[in-house]
Amino acid sequence: MRSFIPDYFLETPRNLADALEQMAKAPGMWKPFAGGTDLMVLLEAGKLHHRHFLNVSKLAELHGISVSPEYVSLGAMTTYSDVRRNEVLALEFPMLCRAAAETGSVATQNRGTLGGNIANASPAADSPPALLVYDAELELVSAKGTRRAAFHGFWHGYKKLALREDELIARIHLPRRLHTWTEFYRKVGTRRAQAISKVCFAGAGMLEAGRIADVRISVGSVAPIVLRCAETEQLLRGERIAPELIRAAQATLAREIAPIDDIRSTAHYRLRVAQNLLAEFCESLAA
Amino acid sequence: MENRHIGRSVPRKEGREKVTGAARYVDDLTFPGMIHGVTVRSPVARGKVREIHYAKHIPWREFTIVTAKDIPGSNCVPFLIEDQPCLADGFVNHPEEPVLLLAHPDQYWLEEARRAVHIEVDPLPAVFSIEDSLTQKQVIWGDDNLFKAYTVEKGDIESAWSAADFIVEGEYATGAQEQLYIEPQGMIALASPAGGVTVWGSLQCPHYVHKALVRIFGLSKDQIRVVQTETGGGFGGKEDYPSMIAGHAALLAWKSGKPVKIVYDRAEDMVATTKRHPSRTRHRTGVTREGKLVAMEIDFTLDGGAYETLSPVVLSRGTIHAAGPYSCPNIRIRSRAVATNLPPHGAFRGFGAPQSVFALERHLDRVAAAVGLSPEEMRRRNFIHQGETLAIGQVIHEKVEMEKLLDRALVLSGYHEKRRRFAEDNRNNLTKRGIGFASFLHGAGFTGSGEEYLASEALVAATREGKVQVLAGSTEMGQGTNTVFAQIAADALGIDCEQIEILQPDTSLVPNSGPTVASRTTMIVGKLVETSALNLKKALFESRLLKAGFNAAEFHDACAQFIHKFGELRSLVKYHHPADLHWDEARYQGDAYGAYAWAVYVAEVSVDLRIAEVHVEDFVAVQEVGKVINPVLAAGQIEGGVAQGLGYALYENVVWQEGRMANGQMANYIMPSAMDVPKIRVYFEEIPYARGPAGAKGIGELPLDGTAPAIANAIAHATGADVCEIPMTPEKLMDLLERVHA
Amino acid sequence: MPDPPRKVRVQCEVNAKPATFEVYPMERLLDVLREQAGLTGTKEGCGEGECGACSVEMDGALVNSCLIPAVQAEGAHIRTIEGVANATQLNAVQQAFLAQGGAQCGICTPGMILAALNLLTRNSQPSENDVREWLAGNLCRCTGYTKIFASVVEACRLMRLER
Repeated sequence: MRSFIPDYFLETPRNLADALEQMAKAPGMWKPFAGGTDLMVLLEAGKLHHRHFLNVSKLAELHGISVSPEYVSLGAMTTYSDVRRNEVLALEFPMLCRAAAETGSVATQNRGTLGGNIANASPAADSPPALLVYDAELELVSAKGTRRAAFHGFWHGYKKLALREDELIARIHLPRRLHTWTEFYRKVGTRRAQAISKVCFAGAGMLEAGRIADVRISVGSVAPIVLRCAETEQLLRGERIAPELIRAAQATLAREIAPIDDIRSTAHYRLRVAQNLLAEFCESLAA
Repeated sequence: MENRHIGRSVPRKEGREKVTGAARYVDDLTFPGMIHGVTVRSPVARGKVREIHYAKHIPWREFTIVTAKDIPGSNCVPFLIEDQPCLADGFVNHPEEPVLLLAHPDQYWLEEARRAVHIEVDPLPAVFSIEDSLTQKQVIWGDDNLFKAYTVEKGDIESAWSAADFIVEGEYATGAQEQLYIEPQGMIALASPAGGVTVWGSLQCPHYVHKALVRIFGLSKDQIRVVQTETGGGFGGKEDYPSMIAGHAALLAWKSGKPVKIVYDRAEDMVATTKRHPSRTRHRTGVTREGKLVAMEIDFTLDGGAYETLSPVVLSRGTIHAAGPYSCPNIRIRSRAVATNLPPHGAFRGFGAPQSVFALERHLDRVAAAVGLSPEEMRRRNFIHQGETLAIGQVIHEKVEMEKLLDRALVLSGYHEKRRRFAEDNRNNLTKRGIGFASFLHGAGFTGSGEEYLASEALVAATREGKVQVLAGSTEMGQGTNTVFAQIAADALGIDCEQIEILQPDTSLVPNSGPTVASRTTMIVGKLVETSALNLKKALFESRLLKAGFNAAEFHDACAQFIHKFGELRSLVKYHHPADLHWDEARYQGDAYGAYAWAVYVAEVSVDLRIAEVHVEDFVAVQEVGKVINPVLAAGQIEGGVAQGLGYALYENVVWQEGRMANGQMANYIMPSAMDVPKIRVYFEEIPYARGPAGAKGIGELPLDGTAPAIANAIAHATGADVCEIPMTPEKLMDLLERVHA
Repeated sequence: MPDPPRKVRVQCEVNAKPATFEVYPMERLLDVLREQAGLTGTKEGCGEGECGACSVEMDGALVNSCLIPAVQAEGAHIRTIEGVANATQLNAVQQAFLAQGGAQCGICTPGMILAALNLLTRNSQPSENDVREWLAGNLCRCTGYTKIFASVVEACRLMRLER
């Protein structure tokens, strides 16, 4: 334990309104603490520099998965285990369920939350590529009210969120649009279970008359943020799947992503794997 | 002697405590008035300590601070020599080298204080690789960076090359490997000039720690006491390092006057303690067109880190195992252990042999390919037989059946059928399958005259209640020492295993049975236990207080009467080196080990070319080990060793930055999980070893030798990639695969 | 010198008995259990949530207690290894680990047994893959997992007999 524990505040607000008021009174002072699976690791490594946290884990408004005709709405406190147990998600958002199943271990999945995952903004996170492909929308609350923002663009730099200091991520809304598409999710980690991702690929596409009518591609761990690969998507739209197309898409992908060498892997490996997964995705569309 | 327990899977003696959470490891213990200790370590690899700053916001008066100046005896952690200081004094030679110690009652304040000490070092140029050490880019140890060198010669290598139809060369490398026992290192100490020094902790060798504390404190032997607590894994990582942490805890206890507990967190344990020696091996092999080995020239180098510690012994075992279970008339092995500014490397299960066996077994597959033979035919034509000699000139007197082990392993693994099927299936598949094997041996016990030098002892004693106690310095750390000793003693005496108590190793109570290392505990110390128990039974028979065919009640009565009459019933047995084992230390020739275990391991892999990931699909381990004392425990040793070998081959990569391990977290140093290890299929053959208890030989380290090369050979078979180093991470394999397809 | 540390009261249930702790809010549940409740069966292997040696059940869910701040244990029902056996008899999982050699050095064993128990209470007939996946968060360095899988299979058999 490499932190001075007595210096840390973790207060439990009685309800959401109180939490938001506390955050509004001292903007930037209080940060939310959800399941703790990221923050506690930082704490133990002596790297949690922020000291004042609000325990949002019991706030009712942040819990629960609800279904409407157009959206499935997940509370920020939805855990990976909650995701895996939900039948509608299994049917209509299988990549999110795959991501949840590949996040950490059962113990991590019982505690880690989608809201916490988004707020932590790690480029190696497993769910965000699926969320980006699904065009997820975030519902953000503060003492001033509620707003919605597309998840795409919400991360605008390494660990930089378009989140105001007095705001909380309350819910994640998933438009029920892609469930007829072909979906492909693959995480390449350091081992088969409980691994930090080296490359994480999520893709969805639809063919019409043998051509790619529409496609979405998101790749994690290859840039400071999880990317939507818009250029690669654009190259693929309207085309027939063929080896030359795949090669051209791989070349475009190489320009869009910026993998690095780090203690887990190399830039070259990440690039090759991202390109190979792109090929695998295209082949799955053609099949 | 009837085997009522030997050969049966008697349940683990301390199993109930372990499954209920009642077993007490060092961090579970507290003493009245106990305070906590931490270590402040060097931030750089090499340099002169200019000054130590203590930041002002810490109430230093509340802390106990220990530096080298506080060491009452000798500032060293003694092994073969005394080059390693207990606390760095003026100079540092590796990152994380211990410089000073702090103690305080509050663990949070203690950690705050650790961060508040700044050690200013004027850096000196450092050396981080075998190559840089050999070329003496800097001389960082002694005159020439050389801890130790050996030369082993058999026959006449220079003239042998002319007889070779093919000469095949290769260079092989293995990386460092962290032992990663799930219980980190820890010690609790009580120390004062009046009371002497007592330490309790997680350790493999209580008498090694004892010896170190005698030097560090300058006290006499009976003023030092070392007690082993339940130990959560060791694998060699707790062979030498505990002497260092025990010294530290005791120094803080000495200065503070209080009991002191030091327990490392995982990050500190990973970066500061010992690892398996990295290696580089060069092979040059001459072989006839019939595949007969005529010349083997082997150059074997280990990276020892900053201080000598155990490197000469690791080098010795690696050297002796470098030419494997083969008969070759002309061999030269030149080996050396060199210094670098890395934390000293140390013992890890296998102890030099995994390094040299990896190189050999990978090389022989390549030699086979050059000659146009299958890997198995190559081995068959060269396996050693009874009466032939190993590289160090040891004649194999016992029966050896490597061909039979190979046949059995290939059948059990479906090797031939799979090779045919994979050749077909791999054609249009981006997932390639392959199957490969390694054939090898592992010597049990200390090398050469080592056992004679250790002169181990064990004692068995009976109580008036008819209970029998085994007193030995051998430690239980999961491998089954307690249970195996109980089985041996029970069968030697003819009583029930439940009647046997294995005493907790405590140097004030138990004799020095030597270290719990080198696959020696069952074979060497178990034999002493057996002899001692037999002596007890003999004494009872000779006293006529007991007759053959006795029952439990009669045994109880006989013990009570014997003790009443003679005062005690005990037998202390000392090791006697067999007269027919001869070892020439100067020429490095002769009988290196009393017994060898022999094995063939087969690995089946699948390789996903898109991501260059290897998964081991099936693993067959066939070995001849003398007598299996406890089948479940023995299989457990093999299975656990294979899993560690799997990690060594594929996952366990130490990332070095300026001599410091950069990935010192379990999130970033990857050991296999339950999803990564296949069902490991274990098979034993038994050719009883006359000098082992009930015929047993040592097995603990064996699985580390053959697992990685079997996997490497399987990868090469699956993909055509010329695997010459481990860990063969996906990143490295992808580079090799790109070369294959280019 | 900073302000005097702020401790708070946390009330929960540990092994079916009410428990009250005075804790720093961010104190790890692992440390509270080991040091204040004296339940040393739960172990620290890594302090990063990777090894699972600190596994406990919290409101029926398997969790890593090294990653839970004490404040979030308020009102929770916690089971540690000490709460697995009943007064007279070992649990089927414990018996199975003894019979099949599922424990070697024993340091991962409390967490491993809790993980196995947690699985078997949800799924009395898990497939081999179910077992591997559920136990993947509990690392063992000694066994290579083979006899742990055998222990879980044996535990299933014993639990079927009990029913």
